[in-house]
Amino acid sequence: MTPLLVAQIGLTLFVFVALLSSAAGMVLVERKVAAFLQQRLGPYLVGPWGILQPLADVIKLMFKEELRPAAADKWLFALAPIISAAAAFSAFAVVPFGAETTLFGLLDQPLRLQVADVNVAILVIFAIASMGVYGIVLAGWSSNSKYSLLGGLRSSAQMISYELSYGLSLASVLVVANSLSLTQIVNGQSGAWLGFLPRWYVFTQPVAFLVFLTAGIAETNRAPFDFPEAEQELVAGYHTEYSSMSFAMFFLAEYINMVTVSAVATDLFLGGWHGPFLPVSLGWIWFLLKVAAILFFYVWMRWTLPRYRYDQLMAFGWKVLLPVATINLLVTAAGVLYLGI
Amino acid sequence: MILFYLFAAVAVLASLLVIVQRNPIYSVLFLIASFGALSGLYVLLEAPFVAMIQIIVYAGAIMVLFLFVVMLLNAPHEDTEEDLERGVPPPSSGRVKVFGALLAIVLVVELIGVVVASRRAPIAFAAPAVSSVAAIGRSLFTDYAFPFEVTSVLILVALVGAIVLARRESGEGI
Repeated sequence: MTPLLVAQIGLTLFVFVALLSSAAGMVLVERKVAAFLQQRLGPYLVGPWGILQPLADVIKLMFKEELRPAAADKWLFALAPIISAAAAFSAFAVVPFGAETTLFGLLDQPLRLQVADVNVAILVIFAIASMGVYGIVLAGWSSNSKYSLLGGLRSSAQMISYELSYGLSLASVLVVANSLSLTQIVNGQSGAWLGFLPRWYVFTQPVAFLVFLTAGIAETNRAPFDFPEAEQELVAGYHTEYSSMSFAMFFLAEYINMVTVSAVATDLFLGGWHGPFLPVSLGWIWFLLKVAAILFFYVWMRWTLPRYRYDQLMAFGWKVLLPVATINLLVTAAGVLYLGI
Repeated sequence: MILFYLFAAVAVLASLLVIVQRNPIYSVLFLIASFGALSGLYVLLEAPFVAMIQIIVYAGAIMVLFLFVVMLLNAPHEDTEEDLERGVPPPSSGRVKVFGALLAIVLVVELIGVVVASRRAPIAFAAPAVSSVAAIGRSLFTDYAFPFEVTSVLILVALVGAIVLARRESGEGI
């Protein structure tokens, strides 16, 4: 095996473990931030500052009994969490998170900090996200419970509606960047205007960025759009009947999807690993900081805004977000075509 | 080549299971699997854009709607006793059988035709460069602009028709 191949496999394993631990970390951050926003302390007993709380949660979940309703569809009930988790993990494979590196001269050829460099990366993320919907729909249906079914239907209706605006906001960035490859899109954002303003697409495409963030919250089923889990109406939505590790897999998928959406937003709008002060080889630090900032924004939103009503959510998606994204795409396309921006 | 046979086998097997299944939900799921295998074949033909569109549009969007309809209508099995009581002819009645047999004959003839045609002149695949996004977009909006627009109008008509059929009369209330 060549050193490059070993490094590639190592990178894949690293991304897998990093995603797992980022999900665990996000659970803790979510609880801590929520606590501070509500003037509480949050978890503080397990480990210093409560940092071992996610571990304690995982151990608890592992030793719980795996329950399955008698009337549930045996195969699909087991398959649904697997689909959700697999889709969440595989979407990150095409997200680049740093410039090429030789690992301090250990390798002859530069290694790309990305599991798979696909030239239609954005479409791959989109395709995998649309497969993830099946996990939720099937979980809702196979549980054979009214709350699960309603939660699953709501969740997938919401994801399908917001996928359109999500895709259109992506498309306007693609038009500006003139590429479907995330690596090339990030590289198109290096440098700065007038010496200080970074050439990030968030400044040329602010509308697309806002639409992307909003649709991203709806795509990951988070508050204020967390209808699948509207407790007072649906108990816990599509995963009402799940327990133990299969419940943990849905939970994991939700947080990993959040990380993926934030990472994609960073690559598309915030210049990926480009930033001032640091050399390009340490660009991944900028990447991590930007992703962390977006993740914090998501948590902040969740604990600040109340939940919408379901019809408001649908009306907002179809009557506000979609037209805005469409007009933005048309204006961008016209600008690129006639003004050559 | 191994990958080709793998994807082809999955596609054929999944398609067979679609029609063998009694539970429509399983049929839909096997259809999705079959679409996934087809998309793998597109990747092997060096058309990653088409492959991804296949998954996003067919396996993603359209099949979710199929699944919705099947779930909401809650039609668990074919040949239910309720259907028989209500006088709905079961699918295995004579008339349906003749119709199905006719369709099957047409399909077999078509398949034989395709196989013979491909033996006579091997199908040439477009060069990878042609399948790039820019090239697809250009030919779609120049050479194939008319069929493209006609298709969009057709879909629009279907959409309007569905809304007209599903809409309640005004004044009936929601």
